[in-house]
Amino acid sequence: MTTSVPDPSQKHQRREHGLMLALVSPALLVILLLIVLPVGWLAWQSVYHDGFTLENYRRILAEDVYWRSFALTFEISLSVTVLTLLLGYPVAYLANAVPRAWSIVILALVVLPFWTSVLVRAYAWLALLQRTGVINQLLRYLEVISEPLALVHNTFGTVVATVHILLPFMVLPLYATMQKIPNDLMQAGASLGANPALTFLRVFLPLSLPGVLAGSTMVFVLCLGFYITPELLGGGRTVMVSMLVSRNVELYNQFGAASAVAVVLLVSVLLIFFVVSRFISLDRVLGQK
Amino acid sequence: MRTKLDVRLGYALLGASLGLIGLAGTAANAAEQITFVSQGGAYQQAQTVAILDPSAKKLGITINQDSIPDAWPAIKTQVGSGKPIWDVVDTPTGYCLRGGEQGLIEKLDFSKIPNAAAMPEAYRSPYSISYEFYSSVLAYSQKTFPKDAPNSWADFWDVKKFPGRRALRNHPIATLEAALMADGVAPDKLYPLDVDRAFKKLEEIKPHITVWWTSGAQSAQLLNDGEVDMEMAWNGRVSAVAKEGAKVSFTYNQGILQSTSLCILKGAPNLETAVRFLNEAVDPVHQANLPLNIDYGPGNPKAFETGVIKPERAAQLPSEPANAAKQALMSYAWWSSPAGEAAEKRWASFMQK
Repeated sequence: MTTSVPDPSQKHQRREHGLMLALVSPALLVILLLIVLPVGWLAWQSVYHDGFTLENYRRILAEDVYWRSFALTFEISLSVTVLTLLLGYPVAYLANAVPRAWSIVILALVVLPFWTSVLVRAYAWLALLQRTGVINQLLRYLEVISEPLALVHNTFGTVVATVHILLPFMVLPLYATMQKIPNDLMQAGASLGANPALTFLRVFLPLSLPGVLAGSTMVFVLCLGFYITPELLGGGRTVMVSMLVSRNVELYNQFGAASAVAVVLLVSVLLIFFVVSRFISLDRVLGQK
Repeated sequence: MRTKLDVRLGYALLGASLGLIGLAGTAANAAEQITFVSQGGAYQQAQTVAILDPSAKKLGITINQDSIPDAWPAIKTQVGSGKPIWDVVDTPTGYCLRGGEQGLIEKLDFSKIPNAAAMPEAYRSPYSISYEFYSSVLAYSQKTFPKDAPNSWADFWDVKKFPGRRALRNHPIATLEAALMADGVAPDKLYPLDVDRAFKKLEEIKPHITVWWTSGAQSAQLLNDGEVDMEMAWNGRVSAVAKEGAKVSFTYNQGILQSTSLCILKGAPNLETAVRFLNEAVDPVHQANLPLNIDYGPGNPKAFETGVIKPERAAQLPSEPANAAKQALMSYAWWSSPAGEAAEKRWASFMQK
């Protein structure tokens, strides 16, 4: 028998692949038309204006306005990531440890703010944090402070509101990872004589690290592109990269100047994903697996 | 049988209605029309009542309206595509001038626009006609300053005599003018702006600025909530807050008188009708009706001679001659010059230091 008879299972598989491709093609088309093409056009504009030019990128390298904004944006993103991790880890841990009914309640509370628009939440924080806001009024009433604290219109206010908005993106991947840590391991640790703190440190924490990395990446990357929150709560001094993009549309007579800033931001995000993918599978960051 | 008849009847009706739509379509095409674009909201509503509907009626044309908060990117894209959809745009005067220099805006033939030709030269440019006026004024809380309120930009800069929290607009336009007036430059001697001197003066007040606001709504909120005690704000925003019952006021003294203008997109589909509309839109009587509907002043100063605006109302308006005399008239020509553009670019680095 030398002639190759087509393997029926292979044929079936090929047909199934074809069907899958047909099924995802509308989604792929949407992504191509609404994301890939516009982003490509954006990148093209940043280097082409009456001829090929790197002027827009030269400007980003040469003017310290851009350096400062990028530095500030990374600084804010980093503080937001650390704060959401510190706040989110115990929440995810609790949701994982309590009985199922309770964990649904906890997760519902985490996800609930999603249903309120970012804009509304920014204004809510304004109402809480400003000079005549709830917190300052209360502290003055209790005579803790005599002069109102500057809680908003600065980087502090921006970070507080951003942490609030991005918290779910930290809690959910953490919870998903913790769910998959078998309980037996904790019991094994205990049976070997470790106290709960030690089992947590040596067994649970290391096993939850992929969730930490996934959540941190998600929060950090989302924070890099924040616009409304720093615009409303930053008092004008907190100039994040996204604000430079909008400013450049107004300031320069072509979109290229803004596109270049956007492209640099996009490239830094892709770089972050690349570095992270060396440590964990990107599926874990982008979806729950 | 019954269903078949229904289907046939349905087709007949469909055919008839298509025919009607076709007829209506040609009828609308036969009448002249333009597409007019402004910034929406209460402001565009006021124009519709005062200017757009009466003009459409008088000229026998259809005015299709569109609105956009910031028309500049759209103007660039539409004219860049070679086939603009809009005809006339109401936008801050600086954009009309900048657009004119870049070939995005039609040059106007004032012999066809007699109403504009009769306006003072400072109120028009080869590409634009002033349409309405607003002012960047010094506003303050009457709670903080029940008497002896700050009355000039020098007062605003004087943090000892007038303690309190302050806000300025996060934009160089009007802010540099205010800084120079605070430094003693007379309102009518501002241009060309001494940019270095203005930024130096701004450095002085910078530590005392709580908020650099970015939108008119934000400036209103700051004043309304008592978040700041004094700020630069647009007169219409301050009077709206005052109408809501907040104890705030403002002075026109050393205000910076700004305008939006009408201009026509290069290659506009209905150029001739658009020019006719331009002339009608700055007609003194239509213009006089605008401030009866909103707190902005007419672009054509002749509106104050029509008798339509009562004296007590006129006294509240930024472009009323006596009020205008206390203020600095913004030079959009300077702001769209290379020096002006350089000053605008310098703003970001000033903010971040």
